[in-house]
Amino acid sequence: MSDLARTRADFPILHQQVNGKPLVYLDNGATSQKPRRVIDALVHYYERDNSNVHRGLHALSMRATDAYEGARARIAKFIHAADPAEIIFTRGTTESINIVAHSWARAHLKAGDVILTTEMEHHSNLVPWQQVARAVGATVRYIPVLGADAEGGLDYAALDTLLTPEVKLLAFTHISNTLGTINDAARLCARARAIGATTVIDAAQSIGHARIDVQALGCDFLAFSGHKMCGPTGIGVLYGRRALLDQLAPDETGGGMVVSVTYEGATWKPSPERHEAGTPNIADAIALGAACDYLDEIGRDAIAAHDHHLAQIAMEKLSVVPGIRIIGPRGGQPRGGLVSFAFAEVHAHDVVTFADEDGLALRGGHHCNQPLMRKLGLTSTTRASFYLYNTAAEIDVLVASLRRIQKFFVG
Amino acid sequence: MSADLSELYQQVILDHNRRPRNRGKLPTANRVAHGNNPSCGDECSVHLRLDGDRIAEISFDGSGCAISQASASLMTTQLKGKTAVEAQKLYDEFHHIVTTGEAPAEISDLAAFAGVHTFPARIKCATLGWHAALNALKSDPLPATTETHKD
Repeated sequence: MSDLARTRADFPILHQQVNGKPLVYLDNGATSQKPRRVIDALVHYYERDNSNVHRGLHALSMRATDAYEGARARIAKFIHAADPAEIIFTRGTTESINIVAHSWARAHLKAGDVILTTEMEHHSNLVPWQQVARAVGATVRYIPVLGADAEGGLDYAALDTLLTPEVKLLAFTHISNTLGTINDAARLCARARAIGATTVIDAAQSIGHARIDVQALGCDFLAFSGHKMCGPTGIGVLYGRRALLDQLAPDETGGGMVVSVTYEGATWKPSPERHEAGTPNIADAIALGAACDYLDEIGRDAIAAHDHHLAQIAMEKLSVVPGIRIIGPRGGQPRGGLVSFAFAEVHAHDVVTFADEDGLALRGGHHCNQPLMRKLGLTSTTRASFYLYNTAAEIDVLVASLRRIQKFFVG
Repeated sequence: MSADLSELYQQVILDHNRRPRNRGKLPTANRVAHGNNPSCGDECSVHLRLDGDRIAEISFDGSGCAISQASASLMTTQLKGKTAVEAQKLYDEFHHIVTTGEAPAEISDLAAFAGVHTFPARIKCATLGWHAALNALKSDPLPATTETHKD
């Protein structure tokens, strides 16, 4: 059994037929599938350890607390955070970014300040900043994306003029969910730090696909979701440097996050408890820890290499399909494990409906990236996104399906 | 190709998608309404010239999938000359067709959309242009959006 076959055997969901054809799951940018080990972690918790954390003194509560805090420490190690207290469990990337927007940005930004982001952000790393800017009188500015097909990536040269003293926050995606562009996160953080700006990285698309070292990247905050890295839905992480998190006012208040409460007021615990009011998502946090174990056993460098390999094969084979327009980095250039494309005469939703007949799971639409779509003169694209269990043979299924679709609609 | 898929993409639909009728803005329009489907980004504007209570001229523009574009195109051919009451009645029949797959014999062209009912995710595509048209008839200042209409 090859390594890839062994990996595929770890994912029960892959071994099924859809519309009479073997499932070809190429929608990993939206969510990844879960290995048996992660599913087992959930079952084990609910069958053996389920209890509320932190305040219980009985055996189950202690086991649940140990597993929950163990998962926090595991995730800290996974992203090379200096301290487990820098890991706040959230519902996902969106909530993580919103916490920074509500708690950090509203407290630190004032009228005339600038939030710098990029033209390739997912709505979740764009709309919260627009809302903050509106509330405090700040301005959102964008690092341009270069090229008619966005093939040139970010305009790093523009940083010289964009990084003015008014810039107090730089928020950017590590890997674009629409383009597959891999941004130079360390370079962006270094530039922001040089002018004293705080940095937020949206790592939703990179966390399960590449080695992430928050200290080497030099970011202040980093947000990601568990479900795109083989973990469950409903759990995500906000990483923040300890010094920042301990000063940050809590976005939500209630039980579990207070030191002392009187009829007059309350005082907060330090991070992470201060940012986790109420009963947390214990089971999913524990299973996310199991997902970290799984990914590290496969090896994130091996996963990144596999992604790159599949993306290059896809670029080569898709680029010769009649009528196709591929956006993002050109063939041969570094690219995350996804390819987005459009046909002049076939809408993405028709493509996805047809491909489903061939057992293919693709995504069609604006990918929560409407301003970028508009800039590229598109309303939607079809996206094929790969992960550690996808094969080169599956790309052949994709290409054959697309050729058939193109022929059906255009002739 | 499966039977369901060939039912969905009938020749009538493919034809309207390739050669849309009444596409573009209408310089003489006295009513315009815009429809969008936030989940997929499909957009459709319907332009009407109402002569009394009757639709004297109608056009649509926008972008979207074959189902939404063909539906809007076919709709314009069906609504021309109709009153608001007649248009609403026609929409009710169309809605019945796309949600149940049952098409009365007398409604020939709209029956092409019967195949949509086996693809629930696509019902909103088929009804987008209709919502915009009905809003234009009502002079509804709000854009029609599939999120505020059930289908």
